[in-house]
Amino acid sequence: MESVQAEQRRTDIGPPQYEQFLHPVIKKNYGKWKYHEIVKPGVLVHVAENGDKLYTVRMGSPRLINVDTIRMICDLADKYCDGYLRFTSRHNVEFLLSDLSKVDPLIDAIEANGYPVGGTGKSITNIVHTQGWVHCHTPATDASGIVKAVMDELYDYFKTMTLPAKLRIALACCLNMCGAVHCSDIAILGVHRRPPKILPNLNKLCEIPTTVAACPTGAIAPVVVNGVQTVEVNEEKCMFCGNCYTMCPAMPLANSLNDGVSIWVGGKVSNARHAPMFSKLAIPYLPNNPPRWPEVVNAVKNIVEVYAKDAKKYERLGEWIERIGWPRFFDMTGIEFTKYHIDDYRFAATTFNTSTHFTL
Amino acid sequence: MANETKKSSTPLLDELEKGKWPSFVKEIKKMADKNPRAKDLLGQLELSYTDKVTHWKHGGLVGVRGYGGGVIGRYSDSPDKFPNVAHFHTMRINQPSGWFYTSKALREICDVWEQHGSGLTNMHGSTGDLVLLGTSTDNLEPIFTKLTSKGWDLGGSGSVLRTPSCCAGPARCEFACYDTLKLTYDLTQEFQDLLHRPQFPYKWKFKMSGCPNDCVASVARADMSIIGIWKDDIQVDQQAVREYAKNGVNIQSEICDLCPAKCMSWDGNDLKIVNKWCNKCMHCINALPKALRPGKERGAAILIGAKAPILQGAQMSSVLVPFMKMEPPYKELKDLVEKIWDFWGEYGKNRERIGELIQRVGMGQFLEALELDPKPQMVANPRTNPFIFYEEYFEEEGEEK
Repeated sequence: MESVQAEQRRTDIGPPQYEQFLHPVIKKNYGKWKYHEIVKPGVLVHVAENGDKLYTVRMGSPRLINVDTIRMICDLADKYCDGYLRFTSRHNVEFLLSDLSKVDPLIDAIEANGYPVGGTGKSITNIVHTQGWVHCHTPATDASGIVKAVMDELYDYFKTMTLPAKLRIALACCLNMCGAVHCSDIAILGVHRRPPKILPNLNKLCEIPTTVAACPTGAIAPVVVNGVQTVEVNEEKCMFCGNCYTMCPAMPLANSLNDGVSIWVGGKVSNARHAPMFSKLAIPYLPNNPPRWPEVVNAVKNIVEVYAKDAKKYERLGEWIERIGWPRFFDMTGIEFTKYHIDDYRFAATTFNTSTHFTL
Repeated sequence: MANETKKSSTPLLDELEKGKWPSFVKEIKKMADKNPRAKDLLGQLELSYTDKVTHWKHGGLVGVRGYGGGVIGRYSDSPDKFPNVAHFHTMRINQPSGWFYTSKALREICDVWEQHGSGLTNMHGSTGDLVLLGTSTDNLEPIFTKLTSKGWDLGGSGSVLRTPSCCAGPARCEFACYDTLKLTYDLTQEFQDLLHRPQFPYKWKFKMSGCPNDCVASVARADMSIIGIWKDDIQVDQQAVREYAKNGVNIQSEICDLCPAKCMSWDGNDLKIVNKWCNKCMHCINALPKALRPGKERGAAILIGAKAPILQGAQMSSVLVPFMKMEPPYKELKDLVEKIWDFWGEYGKNRERIGELIQRVGMGQFLEALELDPKPQMVANPRTNPFIFYEEYFEEEGEEK
């Protein structure tokens, strides 16, 4: 390996100062933008108080990209945008340019490379997601694979702006929710369904008191088996949070027969019209069916299509459900309502209906 | 038979090369042709697709010298089959404010990563970092030295200040009520030590959103959500409202009727707003950006305590300071943050997020510790529960205890 000793080792420098990465038109008009418009799907124009214009071309990305793809993106940025670009909080790439005449050639070049332009306004943009089997030690499902299969099916919604409002999908591959999916229009959430196994070397790998304390329902108790300290799990109390495994590697709960996916709906983070909302359970379990998870894809597509047809302009999925009521949501989507839909954890009672406001 | 010799070793993943959305499998495969780590990642992933479980072992502590975060240790459970991903650690690189880059800066990162890692990345991770996906322990120091020489540093992981992130802010948004990029950079620099060396009970996330649209989902994801807001009147250009109406926007049904505060009326000529009723939801401004703008007296609301479900249930952030001016050097904000960290450090249990600690000790106690006045903006409604912990009572004069 080559020597890097000669180079100076620096620490605690923090990220580069952002101003060096700002397009000249941005620098000139920083904090002086007047308004923006969506020129067409995937293209924004921001107009400054002095009339300057900045165009943004938004490109969909699988998030997991290799260095050659990043270089391809850089080549496009060099050719059309003087090298300036940004990424969005939903993994899209945004090319930033001031010359309108370069917008369409840029779009053609992006699409010629196999990447879509869209994801603006009343569309379905990229799915925020986690690592899954690609790089995580606690997943109940894969992330990138489901995202790919779902976005293939919803592709036209990325390229157009035909929905009543924007629709945000997120995926987390277990309840740790690195993707914080719990406030999404549609959340795809990996779930474990079988209590953890106890490996015979638990006493060597784990601290027993912290393992016992890790369980939020008190399902784990210390025991001695054949003279060896270990733990036992009261399976009826297990709600499959996985916190024991996080604290103790000898309690794995990943299971190929039982792991799968749940679907949640109606969350949002923006304050527009309705205050932010949590996503609520629509489907408690769908099987892991790689490589293309057809049950999950169909479930998501069904919810999107029923919503798209019935919601009013500007109504987010959660606002639509609030208006029509949950009985009609389950009716219209054909999703079965089960006892799993009724909460039984800490905040359960706050989710019960204490009125006669419902449809029959 | 010729067909059999051509048989793919990744028949399941090959299915994910089909379809119109760009394929992560293609991304891995393109690297696999020239990078043994990417090749073995592909092989191990195919095994996961066959077995329907992960093949990464539990955790593992690795890092660069002097740091306690920024590298996620990852080890294969099948190193004999996939020796090139026996170690496959992730490095989190602290992204620039607002994820603005130049091609030159990105190319420099690519060159280092191609030489020392899998060549695969996440642009970006959920918290905001630029994620370099997969290298071995012996490469961590060389990568770190090379990246810092180009001006980059690691992000956070574990019980540290996680990499702060923000929306596009005033760089490219007319809604920004404060400079999210500047505040993000300032906080990140100010608290570098806390970002790299675990000193907290658990993780702490800051997210900066310039307006109540909250494009970085701070209300769902940040222990402290700093959301831009204004105090005075929405700025209205009546002529531009009329233009929208002329171009087919139904001001009554699409704007006034959807206003949650019912503070707007339209007589066909003027849009009237009773600003004291406005709850700053952004709907009218979002819908009519040419005509309406946030007011001029701008700052931010500070909300506290969001987290994902582990362990006591998911929480959104709730209001702590309804309005604070947000200008350098941000002294009022930093004083508040340090008081909160002191309280959390003193009373927080191991792996207890601030939102859970507040639930445990009570918001009232928390406010007293911070010397903050209770305000009605903090609650959706006052308590309905009559079990009040009154702290004082009167005694008869000369009463014996």
